[in-house]
Amino acid sequence: MDGLILLFLLQDGLTNGAIYALLGFALVLVFAVTRIIFIPQGEFVAYGGLTFALLSIGKIPSTIWLLLVFGIASCVIQLWRTRYLLTLRSFIREIAGGIALPLAVFFLIRMLARPDQSAWLNFLLTLAIVVPMGPYLYRIAFQPLANASVLTLLIAAVGVHLSMVGLGLVFFGPEGLRAPTLTDISFTLGKLPFTGQTIAVYAVTLALTGGLYLFFDRTLRGKALRATAANRLGARLVGISVAGSGQIAFALSSFLGAISGILIMPVTTVYYDTGFLIGLKGFVAAIFGALASYPITAVAAIAVGIIEAFASFHASSYKEVIVFMLIVPVLLWRSLYAPQIEEDE
Amino acid sequence: MRAHRGILLFALALAVLPIIPGLPPFWITLLNNIGLASLVAIGLVLLTGVSGMTSFGQATFCGFGAYTTAVLTTTYGLSPWISLPIALLVTGLAAVALGLVTVRLSGHFLPLGTIAWGISLYFLFGKIELLGRHDGVSGIPPLSIGSQSLIDPKAMYWVIWTCVLLAGIGTSNLLSSRIGRAIRALRTGGVAAESFGVNRTSMKLIVFVYAALLAGLSGWLYAHLQRSVNPTPFGLGAGIEYLLMATLGGAGHVWGALIGAGLVTLLKDALQRILPALFGNDVQADPIVFGILLVAALHFAREGLWSRLAALFPSVTPATPSLEVFPLPHRVIEKTEHASLLSIESASKRFGGIIAVNDVSFSVEPQQIMALIGPNGAGKSTLFNLITGVLTLTSGTIRFVNESIGNHAPPDIAQRGIARTFQHVKLVPDMSVLDNVALGAHLRGRSSVVASVLHLDRTEEARLLAEASRQIARVGLSEHMHKPAGSLPLGQQRIVEIARALCLDPRLLLLDEPAAGLRQLEKRSLADLLRQLRAEGMTLLLVEHDMSFVMKLADQIVVLDLGGKIAQDTPAAIKTNPAVLAAYLGTEP
Amino acid sequence: MSTPLLSIADYSIAYGTVEAVHDIALNIGDSEIVTVIGANGAGKSTLLNALMGVLPAAGQVRFAGDDIARLEVEQRVELGMCLVPEKRELFASMTVEDNLLLGGYRVSADRRRRGMDDVFRRFPRLNERRRQLAGTLSGGERQMLAMGRALMSSPRLLMLDEPSLGLAPKIVAEIFRIITELRDSGVSILLVEQNARAALRIADRAYMMELGLFTLEGRAGDLIGDARIAESYLGISE
Repeated sequence: MDGLILLFLLQDGLTNGAIYALLGFALVLVFAVTRIIFIPQGEFVAYGGLTFALLSIGKIPSTIWLLLVFGIASCVIQLWRTRYLLTLRSFIREIAGGIALPLAVFFLIRMLARPDQSAWLNFLLTLAIVVPMGPYLYRIAFQPLANASVLTLLIAAVGVHLSMVGLGLVFFGPEGLRAPTLTDISFTLGKLPFTGQTIAVYAVTLALTGGLYLFFDRTLRGKALRATAANRLGARLVGISVAGSGQIAFALSSFLGAISGILIMPVTTVYYDTGFLIGLKGFVAAIFGALASYPITAVAAIAVGIIEAFASFHASSYKEVIVFMLIVPVLLWRSLYAPQIEEDE
Repeated sequence: MRAHRGILLFALALAVLPIIPGLPPFWITLLNNIGLASLVAIGLVLLTGVSGMTSFGQATFCGFGAYTTAVLTTTYGLSPWISLPIALLVTGLAAVALGLVTVRLSGHFLPLGTIAWGISLYFLFGKIELLGRHDGVSGIPPLSIGSQSLIDPKAMYWVIWTCVLLAGIGTSNLLSSRIGRAIRALRTGGVAAESFGVNRTSMKLIVFVYAALLAGLSGWLYAHLQRSVNPTPFGLGAGIEYLLMATLGGAGHVWGALIGAGLVTLLKDALQRILPALFGNDVQADPIVFGILLVAALHFAREGLWSRLAALFPSVTPATPSLEVFPLPHRVIEKTEHASLLSIESASKRFGGIIAVNDVSFSVEPQQIMALIGPNGAGKSTLFNLITGVLTLTSGTIRFVNESIGNHAPPDIAQRGIARTFQHVKLVPDMSVLDNVALGAHLRGRSSVVASVLHLDRTEEARLLAEASRQIARVGLSEHMHKPAGSLPLGQQRIVEIARALCLDPRLLLLDEPAAGLRQLEKRSLADLLRQLRAEGMTLLLVEHDMSFVMKLADQIVVLDLGGKIAQDTPAAIKTNPAVLAAYLGTEP
Repeated sequence: MSTPLLSIADYSIAYGTVEAVHDIALNIGDSEIVTVIGANGAGKSTLLNALMGVLPAAGQVRFAGDDIARLEVEQRVELGMCLVPEKRELFASMTVEDNLLLGGYRVSADRRRRGMDDVFRRFPRLNERRRQLAGTLSGGERQMLAMGRALMSSPRLLMLDEPSLGLAPKIVAEIFRIITELRDSGVSILLVEQNARAALRIADRAYMMELGLFTLEGRAGDLIGDARIAESYLGISE
């Protein structure tokens, strides 16, 4: 193998690894705050990417219907759950968050979807559609199970994954899509070419990592999320709503997922079920970090990206087999480390 | 016997069904699919519902069974009947290899592990040249008996459903055996089972391989029914569907698996036929609906449908075990010169920088009731866990009949004749009192898994149950013998734990806060029982914080405070000991 | 007598299969220390957790006259109830300062700032350790941080579960001195203690709990010498 190929593979691995790191962060965050092992993380990648791709050819993505359905369902469920404690203020808040918001997005998209629309506006519109789905999903599927065991939550997450992939097929169809790059800048460093997309991936990953750091370190909300992760009972006792923290965690999860999706669109053809495999690679990284450590997750994500790049060069057809089999020894190592727990329900 | 009649009726109905004139052939196809799924789901009920190991990877084992026979019968031209044992062997070996890692995964890591190897192996099936890559293998011969080919789905129907019925009966047999009790204790009371001599890891591996073999059998049948295989039905999606079947049917009920398999298969068929008609051709809504169903089942029907159905029928009281059997042998006790049964010598335990137990020594004499007391955080429970092998000593020795038992594993300590109860009752709540107590006699039986599946263990089983029944009578709970242990009030559950401990034929009984949460009357009867046991020659060591209970019962009291022993004396002397008073009532600041 | 700050009646708490507290009644007025004493396992902690909304309970419970039976924990915090639990439940991986900040999660930024000054005045030790992680504090400092974090929410009723547990006598004395100071500044205190002698010394009124029932109640000063307390703890009676 010559040096240039080596560099190519490293660059490729680093680019993919950056995406896996973002997804790994989301998984760690969701698990720490809600104890949910969020298998459907990758579905936000597919939803985000495909929604962006449709917007960039001027089509109205049918995910806006899904957003409406999610919003209304979560609103109805929430109103029913809090029926004894309902005040006018909380009623208005629910209607605004569950019905008015998705409706507004719905009409905004219908107004703004044009083939010549700027990529950056499409980027924002995609976020407006996909990000609210996270908290809605939490309220519909997971909030009623908030006190269930990690295992029950995991099974529920698998159920949600199954449904979301199915919905993806309904809304996007079986064909794969690609989207244009966000920028056309490119240059070469030595012999190694850097495209605008590669740069965008690095820049966005770094910016988001920094942004998340500031959010968790400097804001009261961010600290409240960390507190929920550190000690749920303690968090409740100071008045932090665990359900509220869960919704924020899910919003960040759908946000990071959608951005990852938009970033990979120009380099990969994304199908309705592609997200799952991408999400799982973020997962491998998060498991390395025991679903708890952001720095270990980041390093592991880069490692997964590079291993994958080399695997696809040397044994391309066994790439997935190798990457996923990697999880098993890591799980074993983590199990032996973790204190033995009684597997009660 | 009523249960047997139910199975017989069901078998009869199954036998009559295909003979009904005018039955659409399509129904047979559906029933075949239900049968194939049932086999996998029965294994999964055992694995997930009964033993608490959630697997999303069962479809993979179907793949091992199906691909093995596909390759052997096409490429190598073997007869399907010869490939059957080989297919099961390959599946079994794969299960052992995956299981050795998987059953060691703790908590939620275990299902994640099954997802990981499930996906990996799915991709592998699609990459290997020998397995025909993504196109799979076709031209698999049908089964045949003599010259009679079973190419007709109707003919396969008999084969499939015979397998399902045998698997169901065998699995039920297994569950109602000595090993079955140990398996049933894995999910809720793994720790308890271990303290009666069950090796958890090997028991889990047995269950894992058993479930895999059923899936492998299903795969073998599938290959010869479809006569072609490709990777799709062995992926994660199928694995999730099997889990849905087991969950819907009723996580802990063998026959519930059939209901789950039936429902999911029929629903899938209906969805695949109806929805495209409504929405056009591309729509595959079954995953969407199944996903929602799985979540809904967790929200609204965690117990599954079988228990709801079973509730509609009058319950049958099982027969009370006959005592007219040859009783189990008792422990041989060698006479020893040293009088102490248990002696603790300078035992210490540190957790990080915290000293939980600090240089504690005392000994327990035969036929004595010794109580270990102390305020919150005194180190009582830690000391208890050191004796029972749950924790390891930092320093010091623990001797039982002159042999050092410090740092031995719980099954080994049980083997030597130390039986225990738990502060937080660890019974299997949905298992009868009788079965819970019989778990205590686990080490006094020998029957293998195969013998249990084939019900060749009945003589030994009768002796074990007779012993359990005898111990239940000894503690005075005979009338509750057949109730689920979880339905009894806490006071009686604690007594059930004592009966279970007695089933071990112990020389020393360790009781961890036996009076906690009991009402006055229950405490009195518990105290009477413990005195009766002492009179019968038993030695007891109890950790307790209910002082009035201890004061009236114990011969000797050891008081711990902040990890150290502050007093050892008779109850009367302990009451007036100033150090004890200060430890309990506090000092004025 | 004016409306009590907290009043419960026919109050029962079931814990798994056991009913841990049966049909009890209790009142707490403004600016008083009420203590619930009793041996281990009597149901004292269960009572505090239920009052805070952490455990479900049946029966009437009113705070400042309002029925709060259906309210979530965070809503009770907003009303001015606060619990310092037996295990402290600090955010071990966060700094002392962040723990305190989060204690004031439900109050305005301005109140939070003033609350922080107030806590540092009462517990100067916490000020010295403000950048340290909560998980690295000593037992006494943890208890101070737990109390400080609770005070950040400007509670009207502070519930303390075994504040003396595992602490050296000198620190216990300091904690108890602060509890009386808080009472004097207008906070009502519900104090659960195993250390009966110390609790009765500072309390205004006391209830003794045995097996989920109040078996004695009265002015703390009258109960200090009561032989029945020693009996309850050591099981000398019958």
